[in-house]
Amino acid sequence: MRSIQKCLVALSIIAGVAAPLGAGVSGASTTSSFPLTLKMADGTFTFTTRPDAIVSLSPTSTEMLYAIGAGSQVKAVDNYSDYPTNAPKTTLSGYDPNVEAIAKYNPDLVIVASDTANFNTQMAALKIPVLYDPAASNLSQACAEYGPLGKVTGHNAQADKEVATIKATIAHIVATTPHAKKNTTYYYELEPDYYSVTSATFVGKLFSLLGLTSIADSAKGLASSGGYPQLNASFILKANPTYIFLADTLCCNATAASVTARPGWSTLSAVKNHRIVPLNDDIASRWGPRITILLQDVADGLKGTPVPASS
Amino acid sequence: MSTERRVKTAQLATSAISPRVPLLVAGIGLVVVILISTAVGPANLSIPTVAGILLSHVPLLHFHSGASAIDHAIVWDIQLPRVILGGIVGAMLAAGGASYQGVFRNALADPYLLGIAAGAGLGATIVIVASSGSTTWLPAAAFVGGAVAVTLTYIVGAKFGGRSSGNSVVLAGVAVAALFTAVQTSLLQQHAPDLQSVYSWILGSLASATWSNVWLIAPYAVVSATVLLTHRRLLDVLRLGEEEAASLGVNTRRVRLIVVAAATLGTAAAVSVSGLIGFVGIIVPHMVRLTTNASYRVVMPVSIVGGAAFLILADMVAHTIESPAEVPLGVVTAIVGAPFFIFVLRSRRAQQGVL
Repeated sequence: MRSIQKCLVALSIIAGVAAPLGAGVSGASTTSSFPLTLKMADGTFTFTTRPDAIVSLSPTSTEMLYAIGAGSQVKAVDNYSDYPTNAPKTTLSGYDPNVEAIAKYNPDLVIVASDTANFNTQMAALKIPVLYDPAASNLSQACAEYGPLGKVTGHNAQADKEVATIKATIAHIVATTPHAKKNTTYYYELEPDYYSVTSATFVGKLFSLLGLTSIADSAKGLASSGGYPQLNASFILKANPTYIFLADTLCCNATAASVTARPGWSTLSAVKNHRIVPLNDDIASRWGPRITILLQDVADGLKGTPVPASS
Repeated sequence: MSTERRVKTAQLATSAISPRVPLLVAGIGLVVVILISTAVGPANLSIPTVAGILLSHVPLLHFHSGASAIDHAIVWDIQLPRVILGGIVGAMLAAGGASYQGVFRNALADPYLLGIAAGAGLGATIVIVASSGSTTWLPAAAFVGGAVAVTLTYIVGAKFGGRSSGNSVVLAGVAVAALFTAVQTSLLQQHAPDLQSVYSWILGSLASATWSNVWLIAPYAVVSATVLLTHRRLLDVLRLGEEEAASLGVNTRRVRLIVVAAATLGTAAAVSVSGLIGFVGIIVPHMVRLTTNASYRVVMPVSIVGGAAFLILADMVAHTIESPAEVPLGVVTAIVGAPFFIFVLRSRRAQQGVL
């Protein structure tokens, strides 16, 4: 479950210290003009200048910040924010945010992925604005997070551009990948104990763009799993998926060879036909700018192109 | 000697206690449960298909089941090792519980009494946290953790406790368990993302059972079961009480040590592959006592067979009720176990001192 947790739990926090001299820039739709008054997760704040000491407690938000050109404004990121590699990684936890530890960075904006009432109250007391960028459950939700992020950091134009690029890249991948035949199924492995995703999750929706259906969709008792059910080996063998995608290559060293060696798995058609596609778990558990790389890896897997273990 | 004890002694001396009938019943139950639970699962295979696949593995029979390769793999590589492993684990936990109850003369003793659960839990947590999720060394770490905790309990209890009453060992077990659990909790608190893995281990599961797990614990199970079965008469003598047993020429200290060591070995092996499964060690021996006889000549062998059947059945519920998702096995045994536990406490035979 590690990847799910990382995904759901990653928190990003940007804190904005109001600087006295507002560098007001015109052009309403393209660039924010400061001072700027915005409704944040913990109240309404007026940013007199653009935030320059951002704390991101969400690996996805960290990636988004750098993608829209706000990287230089980032002061600290949480312990799972490993991309880009030059992001100022700290021991701050997005899973269990510690207000005092965050306050030490004197942030003028904090970005989080999970919304906890107590955290917001404490941050409000410290007068630190919090932006809430929750785990997206579909592509449009993911894209919708760039707008507010661009606005508050003063990078509207780049945020819009990034969204356009992501959409165009995805459209291009979908257009150039031969559409999978009907009833092409996949087993997506989050953890070696068979946690998987349904087609209703963020990843599942991305995969269905290429015509793929998750075997987990036909599992009974899905309601309580939130789209991330735990399957069992008999179920997977009986479902005999066309493809196997491994999103546990980094956490748990899953490989095509280790899957093939599992008792009974050599009878699967995906194993016999070498249709096991290793993915980078970090990319696959985030909804940031690198979703295009994830989709490309999947598309390459469908085309039979070997995929590097960690792209 | 109290009247009650005199009666007990008389019973022990005179009654021809034979486990044959209850053992036969439990044995038939076990075979039926094995067949059904090998078939039942998300794949929904029929009993004849399963029987055919099993027969095709009988040497010299040259039987061809005609089942598909995938069905064959489901039965032989996934369902059957799970069932067999469940049987071994259930047998060990039930035998361990029965032994602990006898040695400590306490109806509520279970195999985790001396801190094995806390020790194994800490061992498992350390491995999961240190290897960030890898489970290769999990069984070894849980085994070692459990063994260390019980050894520590025994040393502390024997050194500072009184003259082998057993109570000081039990109290030492409480202290050791508290210590190990505290260390485990603080480790988990610092590694929150690993919570899920540790938690699912703690609640017990046979979902990842393989033949190699079976071969891994089988030797320990055989040794443990053999020792416990050969000590069943001595356990009966211990039921009389410390002084009476000593007056019959039994070295109670030695018997107690051997039985605890054997029960711990079996329990640690079981825990190492299945995580912590509660209540089996309490329910099964008591069920045997209530339905048959309190003599260890019956309780021990029937608990071993009945424990196997009980856990296989519980695991069948665990992996079918929300199929294909798994309900933690420990949750299933506790849901059955808790009401039964109350029933045991209220039962007249327990109040009359069936132990």
